[in-house]
Amino acid sequence: MTGTFPILSLITFLPLVGALIIFVIRADEEVAARNARWVALWTTAITFIMSLTIWVGFDETTADFQFVEQAEWLGNATNYHMGVDGISMLFVILTTFLMPFCILASWESIQVRVKEYMIAFLLLETLMIGVFCSLDLVLFYLFFEAGLIPMFLIIGIWGGVRRVYASFKFFLYTLAGSVLMLLAIMAMYWQVGTTDIPTLMAADFPAEMQTWLWLAFFASFAVKMPMWPVHTWLPDAHVEAPTAGSVILAGILLKMGGYGFLRFSLPMFPIASDLFAPMVFGLSVIAIIYTSFVALVQEDMKKLIAYSSVAHMGFVTMGIFAATTQGVQGGIFQMLSHGWISGALFLCVGVVYDRMHTREISAYGGLAKRMPLYAFAFMIFTMANVGLPGTSGFVGEFLTIIGVFQVNTTVAMLATTGVILSACYALFLYRRVIFGALEKDTLKNILDLNLREKLTLAPLIVATIFFGIYPLPIFNVTAVSVDNLVANYSAALEAHAATDSSVPDFASLGLGR
Amino acid sequence: MYEAIVFLPLAGCLIAGLFGNRLGVVTSQWVTCGFLVISALLSWVAFVVVALQGNVETVQVLTWIDSGSFEADWRLRIDTLTAVMLVVVTSISSLVHIYSIGYMSHDEHQQRFFAYLSLFTFAMLALVTADNLIQLFFGWEGVGLASYLLIGFWYKKPSANAAAMKAFVVNRVGDFGLILGIAAIYLTVGSVEYDTIFAAIPGLVGQNFSFLGAEFPVVTTICLLLFMGAMGKSAQFLLHTWLPDAMEGPTPVSALIHAATMVTAGVFLVCRMSPIFEYSPDALTVVTFFGATTAFFAATVGLVQNDIKRVIAYSTCSQLGYMFVAAGVGAYEIAMFHLFTHAFFKALLFLGSGSVIHAMSDEQDMRRMGGLYKFIPATWVMMLIGTLALTGFPLTAGYFSKDAVIEAAFMAHNPMHMYAFYMTVIAALFTSFYSWRLIFMTFHGKTRASNEVLSHAHESPSSMMVPLVLLAIGALGAGAVFSSLFIGGTAELFWGAAIFTTEANEILEELHHAPTWVKFSPMVMMTLGFITAWYFYIRSPETPKRLAEEQEMLYKFLLNKWYFDELYNFLFVKPAFWIGRFLWKQGDGRVIDGMGPDGVAARVLDVTRGLARLQTGYVYHYAFAMLVGVAALTTYFMFGGAL
Repeated sequence: MTGTFPILSLITFLPLVGALIIFVIRADEEVAARNARWVALWTTAITFIMSLTIWVGFDETTADFQFVEQAEWLGNATNYHMGVDGISMLFVILTTFLMPFCILASWESIQVRVKEYMIAFLLLETLMIGVFCSLDLVLFYLFFEAGLIPMFLIIGIWGGVRRVYASFKFFLYTLAGSVLMLLAIMAMYWQVGTTDIPTLMAADFPAEMQTWLWLAFFASFAVKMPMWPVHTWLPDAHVEAPTAGSVILAGILLKMGGYGFLRFSLPMFPIASDLFAPMVFGLSVIAIIYTSFVALVQEDMKKLIAYSSVAHMGFVTMGIFAATTQGVQGGIFQMLSHGWISGALFLCVGVVYDRMHTREISAYGGLAKRMPLYAFAFMIFTMANVGLPGTSGFVGEFLTIIGVFQVNTTVAMLATTGVILSACYALFLYRRVIFGALEKDTLKNILDLNLREKLTLAPLIVATIFFGIYPLPIFNVTAVSVDNLVANYSAALEAHAATDSSVPDFASLGLGR
Repeated sequence: MYEAIVFLPLAGCLIAGLFGNRLGVVTSQWVTCGFLVISALLSWVAFVVVALQGNVETVQVLTWIDSGSFEADWRLRIDTLTAVMLVVVTSISSLVHIYSIGYMSHDEHQQRFFAYLSLFTFAMLALVTADNLIQLFFGWEGVGLASYLLIGFWYKKPSANAAAMKAFVVNRVGDFGLILGIAAIYLTVGSVEYDTIFAAIPGLVGQNFSFLGAEFPVVTTICLLLFMGAMGKSAQFLLHTWLPDAMEGPTPVSALIHAATMVTAGVFLVCRMSPIFEYSPDALTVVTFFGATTAFFAATVGLVQNDIKRVIAYSTCSQLGYMFVAAGVGAYEIAMFHLFTHAFFKALLFLGSGSVIHAMSDEQDMRRMGGLYKFIPATWVMMLIGTLALTGFPLTAGYFSKDAVIEAAFMAHNPMHMYAFYMTVIAALFTSFYSWRLIFMTFHGKTRASNEVLSHAHESPSSMMVPLVLLAIGALGAGAVFSSLFIGGTAELFWGAAIFTTEANEILEELHHAPTWVKFSPMVMMTLGFITAWYFYIRSPETPKRLAEEQEMLYKFLLNKWYFDELYNFLFVKPAFWIGRFLWKQGDGRVIDGMGPDGVAARVLDVTRGLARLQTGYVYHYAFAMLVGVAALTTYFMFGGAL
């Protein structure tokens, strides 16, 4: 498909154009802020509509990369190579879909440095889309790491009281992981002589090298995910980030870890993935149970949702490394659905935060009385978070359980306790915030959703219910690519077992180099 | 037609829920009630077409999940089992809808109430029409959601909110088993479609599979996991604690969800899965044990409760135990029959007690009632009919179904059958006692209500009385009319392939050969219970007080429901919060953060504070510097590698 219209580049860099326009607008403070908002909204909306064309034009019958663009970039080793397949395409859509809501959510709550804020968000969008479209490791790495910077700034500048602490924690964790990934990328380049992702997928790395590379990539992706025990940056980052920052953080940035596992770990290092799968299972199960308990006792609404995100991502990693069709598809679906559900939950917190300027659960209670619409929306997203069938939250969670059950019943059993625990923390939150008598004087005059908030939450409700009842559009996109991934994975394992019966174990790792 | 039965309630729910405020109360009521009545009428047509004429049908609606070989569709499976449930659910639901017009007339959120009721009905219909386990699970959780919303309908009451959440969470404990059961079925059979599963199960008998690191027999494991789900939904012993608390919801809800329909979903599940359960005698033994224990346990607690609704709630719990006993001994037909008759008389009792509560200005404590038959005679008659049916008075509905359960238990062959027999017979005695105790305390003797309350006491409006009368007809006649169809000689023809029994299972035939003393034992128990209740509450009202004082320990034990709530609170609730706090403060806070980022971050912060003093503001300039820096660094490394 080389030589066709460069739609992926267009989508990727369109937000950057918007950012430039905002950058060059010169007007007095008030007018510039208003212009920045509108330009950002229009840019993200147009980007979203443009991105839908790749869904429309997507060929669901092939696992090959589509809409491929290739251009000379850094010598003969590293090209500007873009393309999407069934695994990455929907993440692009998810990104473009969530961005307009982020802009809308910041409409009134951000009053200082609006221009810079919008620029940061548009820049972030470019970088996030780039991550999912890159077919070159260096390009991927650039987008992946650069995305840190605007997020770091969004938390650090527009965040809450402890924003400096949170942004540094965020930065430190992710940077630590990425240094290792950079080393791994260089090692892969020396081994194969290119940084082209499709070529690297076909390259058969020696089993022992795979383990080292896998670990290096894992360090980076596990932090992004985040997996236990490197999750503690997330609650702090969420709490301090502005609402839209939380939406992007939970909605997109967390998905980069899972995407990385699917794009690199599983296809490039199948033997190592198989070797380390028990460890991933262990960490996933701990994440599900541990963070659910922690979520139960949170006093801050955002922290509670942040911890529940970690638990939900536990299902994703578990499903991916089960490496069964249902596990991987469930993992992808769970990531997408968690993208809009957790985004919506953070928007819901933002709604009351904008009114009351506190996230303390104990400051609320009885909102159902004065905010019935809000109670309704919050109920839908709470139930989706709990994984009620009929919402999109169920499909992914359930498929990952089914997928893992085929590989390891104990892991599946332990993960299923998450079904009980999620009901506990989510309903406990809902009960304390929405139900009860409206007794607090501060809440007596609280207003229900305004038009802007209705417009933000309604599409997310539609997405939650629609894909809960009819998830086929998503499965159709992912099916062939996932089948291909799973088939290649098991073929690689079989080939390895045939040639080398001595599977590398942890003891032999030390003797390697 | 079948689509209409299932989706009309959903349409009613959406109309009343989304546009209720614009349409107004009356229109919302008309829409939801009207749709349900249509749905109920069509269900009876379906009953004739499917159950009586044997035209089993499957209706494809939409593809749902399709992931590799994992396929689940939205599909309606209409066989006799479904048809029976359709009739029960839509009939009771439409009566409850109509009843609620009167009962909820003073409430300010009626549209929401009717929307929830219709939502519940839709979910229940999705459950009973499911053709695969995933749609069943959708309905299963859907009714759970509706139950949660309706128990917590009066959201200003803290007790209602607590009860709602408890119901959902305890049900989820059961769902834990159900999900694993479904996963185990998919692992061993490779499908979640009923027909494929049922066809594959005989081949799996005697096989083991590795589960939780040990070898377990496939069929028994699957059955027990599924049964765990059934226990949660049907409030069986150990997972029963949510049901009595669920009485915090409005009374029509108790009648519809927590007596007639939702709680019977577990029984329905076991009967629907009879082609699996039949191949696992061990699992059936467990089912029998839990059913019998629940029947006995709940009846003992019911003996001493003072809240009129709680007495009936424990009675429901106990009767569900009866149904499981029947299913456990392989008499699924009898289980379904008891489910069918129970729906009528238990809904009648609940709605009747609602009528009492309505008359008594929302008083529920029987100690502040008494002598009411003069004030609300029609309600009194209705409650009498309900009680007669529940206690199994000859020729009423309960007489046919409950006696059949007890006889089947006696004649069965599984190791628990005699335990089940004795437990159900004793429970029959208790049932009779607490039922008549309820009648006597509420309607007879000297009144203990204040004059003010009595001055308002009035018979309920006709919107409430008409459903009561219709239910009373069912409570009196359903047994006699349907007995031969459900469990008589032609039962096999009636149920068709919907219920599967192995060749060896002749229980329906055998129960006719039960010894005479067995056949008469329920009747004897019923009479004994009546006499004792009469003596305690009419003849000599000081006797129960004296007994309670003499046997204080036992009385407290029963009054506090065997201390299950306290036990669970101690075992699960408190430790959960303690663990949560420990993991948060010690695990996350001290260990992970303390070892990792905090130490590093602290040093970085020192440095940056210094830097920040030098260069004020404009952090974002650094962003681009960093971006360029990272790019340059990478490029350098890349080319460095190439050289």
